[in-house]
Amino acid sequence: MLAQQIFNGLALGMGYALIAVGYSLVFGILRLVNFSHGAIYAFGAEMAMVFIGLNFGIVPGIIASMILTGILGIAIDKIALEPLRKKHSMPIASLITTIGVSNIITNLLIVFLGSEKRNFPQLFNFGSVKIGSVVISSTQIMMCVVSLILMGVLVFIVYKTKIGLAMRASEQNAKAANLMGINVNFVISFTFFLAGMSATIAGALVGGYYQIVYPNMGFMAGLKAFAAAVLGGIGSLPGALLGGLIVGVSESMAASFMGSTYRDSIAFVILIIVLIVRPHGLFGRKGITKV
Amino acid sequence: MAEKEVLLKVDNITKRFGGIVAVDHVSCTVRKGEVVSIIGPNGAGKTTVFNMLTGVYEVDEGEIIFNGNPIHNKDPKEIVAAGISRTFQNIRLFSDLRVIENVLIGAHIKTKYNFFQSVFRTKKFREEEDKKTAEAIQLLKSIGLDYRRDDYASNLPYGEQRKLEITRAIATGAQLILLDEPAAGMNPQESAELMEFINKLKDQGYTILMIEHDMSVVMNVSDRIYVIDHGKPIAEGLPEEIANNPKVIEAYLGGVQNDAEDQ
Amino acid sequence: MNFVHTMETFVEGKKKILLILLAVFLIALPYMLNSQYLVTVAVKIGSYTLLALGLNVLTGYTGLVSLGHAGFVAIGAYTSSLCAVKLGMNFFASMILGMVVAGLAGVLLGLPTMRVTGTYLSIITLGFGEIIKMIAMNWSSVTNGTLGVKNIPRPSIFGYDLTIANNGLYYLMLVLVLITTLFCIAVVKSKTGRAFQAIRADELASTMMGINITSYKILSFVISACICALGGALYASLIGYIDPNTFNFDVSTLILSIVILGGMGTIRGMFVGAAILIAFPEVSRFLMEYRFVLYGVILVLMMRFRPQGIMGWKSTMPYRLSKNVKEQVEKMDKNAPLNLLNETKG
Repeated sequence: MLAQQIFNGLALGMGYALIAVGYSLVFGILRLVNFSHGAIYAFGAEMAMVFIGLNFGIVPGIIASMILTGILGIAIDKIALEPLRKKHSMPIASLITTIGVSNIITNLLIVFLGSEKRNFPQLFNFGSVKIGSVVISSTQIMMCVVSLILMGVLVFIVYKTKIGLAMRASEQNAKAANLMGINVNFVISFTFFLAGMSATIAGALVGGYYQIVYPNMGFMAGLKAFAAAVLGGIGSLPGALLGGLIVGVSESMAASFMGSTYRDSIAFVILIIVLIVRPHGLFGRKGITKV
Repeated sequence: MAEKEVLLKVDNITKRFGGIVAVDHVSCTVRKGEVVSIIGPNGAGKTTVFNMLTGVYEVDEGEIIFNGNPIHNKDPKEIVAAGISRTFQNIRLFSDLRVIENVLIGAHIKTKYNFFQSVFRTKKFREEEDKKTAEAIQLLKSIGLDYRRDDYASNLPYGEQRKLEITRAIATGAQLILLDEPAAGMNPQESAELMEFINKLKDQGYTILMIEHDMSVVMNVSDRIYVIDHGKPIAEGLPEEIANNPKVIEAYLGGVQNDAEDQ
Repeated sequence: MNFVHTMETFVEGKKKILLILLAVFLIALPYMLNSQYLVTVAVKIGSYTLLALGLNVLTGYTGLVSLGHAGFVAIGAYTSSLCAVKLGMNFFASMILGMVVAGLAGVLLGLPTMRVTGTYLSIITLGFGEIIKMIAMNWSSVTNGTLGVKNIPRPSIFGYDLTIANNGLYYLMLVLVLITTLFCIAVVKSKTGRAFQAIRADELASTMMGINITSYKILSFVISACICALGGALYASLIGYIDPNTFNFDVSTLILSIVILGGMGTIRGMFVGAAILIAFPEVSRFLMEYRFVLYGVILVLMMRFRPQGIMGWKSTMPYRLSKNVKEQVEKMDKNAPLNLLNETKG
């Protein structure tokens, strides 16, 4: 029972981790909590569903949605956030803007697709593996595998490629990076694109896991993934993975041992404890007070 | 000349950041009514000394005695209450508040009424608030900033912002005012006004410890000067002694280009 | 800017008449509306004005952004309605109890400000809101869990029920909003309010002025929590039924949006912000689902073109001095010594 719940939690946590990297990537560069990310995740899942419905086939459908969602991410930045950066607005202005954008995306999804829950096709079905008393479905295995591969790809991009170097440079000091000839606005767009793509994969995986998608699916998942990102140390990729797993496992434990009403909030209890003990998350860096 | 009472005694204070010794056994003494300057090349550790004096940083070694009481490693607000107040290298005014409000915030610890008295607008509240407001206006008048009373601090020209920051520090009721590069970014006319202003404060009985790069200001207002370089004290004395000290000249001409930002 | 100055001069000059006109208008409003539905909307706007005034103390004046204020609203609403339903307590007693409980929670939530700042603090407040929801869901023996609290009684004074039909609830709202507004003005125009604004502008400089920033931040949380609990109690008695989902993250962002739309750090803005954001979904019913899209568009456009909020201008009027101070100022000599130093010695 316990081992089973842990494994269920790990599979779920992989999904959270994939959403969490989106928060982390954007926060790393812009120091902004992108509250529209949950809606982006729902958009990715819904669009995957639409494309699959148009007989794209499952994998091409998801890829098409990834591209579209990535473009949505860029569009959000270009239309809503970049003008605020140019004006050097207060940080809270950007935060409220992302809340507004989240409202727009979610409600447009509701207008065009309806608010009801729709069946999402099962992505993988090749039976299940049984180890002792633990039953692991093929969907869970694939969730872990795909997530790990994707995390690997993201780590590769951020740490081993030229654009990754530019991302890290912009994260350290956007002004200096700009003076070194890095096109910071392009780097930011690319970051939003990556965040949108990983959110789509997460949306498709989680949608396939529960076999259900709906426009509001990003609300709670987004908040929890956000908690995961902060828990691990927002801005850090390994932190996002660890945070996602902690949230996933604690959620599935809480749901089975304490009751399903605890499911959605346990992540926040852990989050608050971690932040009070380590104010910048598990893997976060601390700044020095300058006078 | 009879020695005046010692107000501040800094005894061998040291501050390390990781492996770097930012301030290395620095000592100084400030007597009541004096204007004392600390000079040194960029990165010498001057602002770090100020940060230790005001409780922003902890002191790793040594002690700071103010008015006979140790104040090192105390909370900044206790140090303000004890009577030390400061300005900042990069002006840190409450920029979206009015000039008079900035001064009233300076008088915060001396404003004696409690929360409930202010909510119910009791007599005590009204009397105390009136008294502090009148004092703030009087202070602004003496300093020549009263015509700016209702302006927002961010709308003041640079020189007046510096002046307001000093006014705010005075309003705390401090006996010792620490000025961190008060003449930075000022044109010659503004610096001249500043010198006049500092001399006026001195005449009123204020004690000032100042970090400054503008040598004309330092030489004209200081009673005594301390020089530090790479965190170490290298000289101290009267302005004319310092001006001719070979070690000081070397520190200024020989070491400047190697040093990082002073903070 | 010039327009603001002209308007402010006008308002300042005609202050008494304008206030009387406003009072007459507000008192006569339910008779002019003459519709239970519209009066309900008016009371809802009033409740959200209270919530916005509460959050404004914390976010507008002290500069701490809370994303979990629905938690305080929930505490106020639950405590007061449970006391009324289960213990049969009077509305006013249970409302005050709700404010006390919320105030204690405010202390609790204020404590992390000693270690955590900025975005991270906002995240803690977000978590707080979710945890309050979780407690409401799971502490079934007290809160009825997900079923919520039903049949919350309307407030009554000396056996006279205050309802929508007899406009009693509307006038109660009016009185509560008036008291809260006066309270907020009193706090802002005192050393407490100045300390809050100093902390918002520059924490380090505030510390160097001797302000105890931790205790002022906690005080700000407590004041904010109490006002929101008051609003929550009123809101619960207005809608008559609450459950844990009445106070979700959307409510927290709605309150925050009101504060920002109206103008952070202004009191006048809270009325305008609440009126617009609460009335908007009601008057735009014909837009159907699009109205929530439009709500998002409004937020985005506001942030882009008027981030300081609709009413968020800086006053161009002189700093108000009391008669007593004015008389003293006339007598002042500009060459007088800086007498502050002598005073501290004595």
